[in-house]
Amino acid sequence: MTEQAYNFAYLDEQTKRMIRRAILKALAVPGYQVPFASREMPMPYGWGTGGVQVSAATLTPEDRLKVIDQGADDTTNAVSIRKFFERTAGVATTEATQEATVIQTRHRIPEAELTEDQILVYQVPIPEPLRFLEPRETETRKMHSLQEYGLMHVKLYEDISQHGAISTAYAYPVRVAGRYVMDPSPIPKFDNPKMEMAAIQLFGAGREQRIYAVPPHTRVVSLDFEDYPFEATRADHVCDLCGAADSYLDEVIMDDAGGRMFVCSDTDYCHTRREAVA
Amino acid sequence: MYVAVKGGERAIENAHAWLAEERRGDTSVAELSLAQIREQLSLAVNRVMAEGSLYDPDLAALAIKQARGDLIEAIFLIRAYRTTLPRFGASRAVDTGAMACDRRISATFKDAPGGQVLGPTFDYTHRLLDFKLAAEGEVPPAPQAAPRGEPTPHITEFLGQEGLIQPEPESEAAPRDLTREPLEFPADRALRLQSLARGDEGFVLGMAYSTQRGYARNHAFVGELRIGRVAVEMDIPELGFAIEIGEVELTECETVNQFKGSKTEPPQFTRGYGLVFGQSERKAISMALVDRALRWQELGEDFLGAAAQDEEFVLSHCDNIQATGFLEHIKLPHYVDFQSELELVRKLRREAEERIAHREAAE
Repeated sequence: MTEQAYNFAYLDEQTKRMIRRAILKALAVPGYQVPFASREMPMPYGWGTGGVQVSAATLTPEDRLKVIDQGADDTTNAVSIRKFFERTAGVATTEATQEATVIQTRHRIPEAELTEDQILVYQVPIPEPLRFLEPRETETRKMHSLQEYGLMHVKLYEDISQHGAISTAYAYPVRVAGRYVMDPSPIPKFDNPKMEMAAIQLFGAGREQRIYAVPPHTRVVSLDFEDYPFEATRADHVCDLCGAADSYLDEVIMDDAGGRMFVCSDTDYCHTRREAVA
Repeated sequence: MYVAVKGGERAIENAHAWLAEERRGDTSVAELSLAQIREQLSLAVNRVMAEGSLYDPDLAALAIKQARGDLIEAIFLIRAYRTTLPRFGASRAVDTGAMACDRRISATFKDAPGGQVLGPTFDYTHRLLDFKLAAEGEVPPAPQAAPRGEPTPHITEFLGQEGLIQPEPESEAAPRDLTREPLEFPADRALRLQSLARGDEGFVLGMAYSTQRGYARNHAFVGELRIGRVAVEMDIPELGFAIEIGEVELTECETVNQFKGSKTEPPQFTRGYGLVFGQSERKAISMALVDRALRWQELGEDFLGAAAQDEEFVLSHCDNIQATGFLEHIKLPHYVDFQSELELVRKLRREAEERIAHREAAE
């Protein structure tokens, strides 16, 4: 079968309509996980099928798409997903954060501030922030409906009593619009404060069949305690390529002697800064 | 100086080219045809059709060829393909009572109308490697008997006539569709059976085996196992009646389980049910055992805490496409979350060392 045999952005219009309804519901109830009839995609579950379905339902032919994984445009799975939409939707793509209208991401929020003309689509492995405290979906849905989040606070408290600090470094739980506790997907907690943004944030979990959202300018609070306030942490270095002191850094091993260098995980941010200097 | 690795795209293309070469193998050996796979690896084809939820032996053979014989990968190819197919409608429920049986056995009655028909089974073969097969050899034709003219009745019907087996409620309502709606709990029996029918054979087998070993034990007799072809009929609105649109091969298993009665039900036999595309009897029997274990609530039995009784556990984990995708995703880059863990562990270690040093200084 040729690519032309598939509909724009792969999914048929009925499926997109179903996903769009889930997205609208998610935006209307910020942080609430909306069940949706996730489809089998031509890429494995766990490899971004939720994000891909949300992007497919969101894209229009005029859109300009950016895909990042770990902040980078050139990681293999980002390349693969970008290529998928180039083939099935024929949309323009870009690596420049500011030029993109839809950005699909895994594990990062771009460093550059996003605007109200942009949509950020997250790939989500486990949408349920309470999952590792309570494995049963039937129970966690009840806990959300009753706002029974004590278990999460006890977990954070036990971290402090055992380690002297909250030992959650990524997928750090947030409370959205004062109501639902939400998993921000496995972004480093460094990115959490950026979630109060002008752009629409959509979260797609394909295997778990859930979509949730944060509308623009919605209050997103990282859970903490008064005496142990939330802290957005990063490696205590500057980028060895562009000198940025405000970006999230990847650590790269350089030699057998333990030599290391630190570079921006957001490749477009790093590149843009180096271009500006040159 | 370190330069961010570019060329992910070329690496992917080259990897796929190598994959294609490996799939073909030594080119001095003749290439497999789809017909060879379909005819000579038919049980693999059956499994791919069953767990791929698409009855098409030729496509299943193609998927097996493309997947280099990795059946879960082949099932994945079929699933991804079927989801793009338009739906014209639903067939009528197939009548397995009218099945043209190749195989039909009962472990509960020595003989019954329709008889015991072994059919093409591995049962009672001695598992000795047949080295004659290593050299190509013609197989002599198997002996033939006249086919049975009349339909073969279900064994459980005989128990039903005496009221000894729990009757299943009949319903004309369209069941929920696992592939069109999100799976939500509690799931009804129709949904559970859909899920088990496409569930991983190994997983369902393991769950079934666990019930036999005492994790929610409910001793099952194979009341009947039948394999054969049934007609698929569909109502055509323009015609106003149903026409036969094809035939499918199915394996059906009904187990008969002892049941001492509960607060709500009198003592009687109960049923576990398995129905799978193709000749897939290990899967059909496993499915029937797990189906029966999952019925504890409706029959007023106790929940014994066994995995096979736990609908959410079984249904959330039996799909091998979901499971393998999520399992294998940990191969993807996780630099960013790992980096945040690195920073955290370094910080915690630093603080712990400071605490120890502080304590030692005080002593």
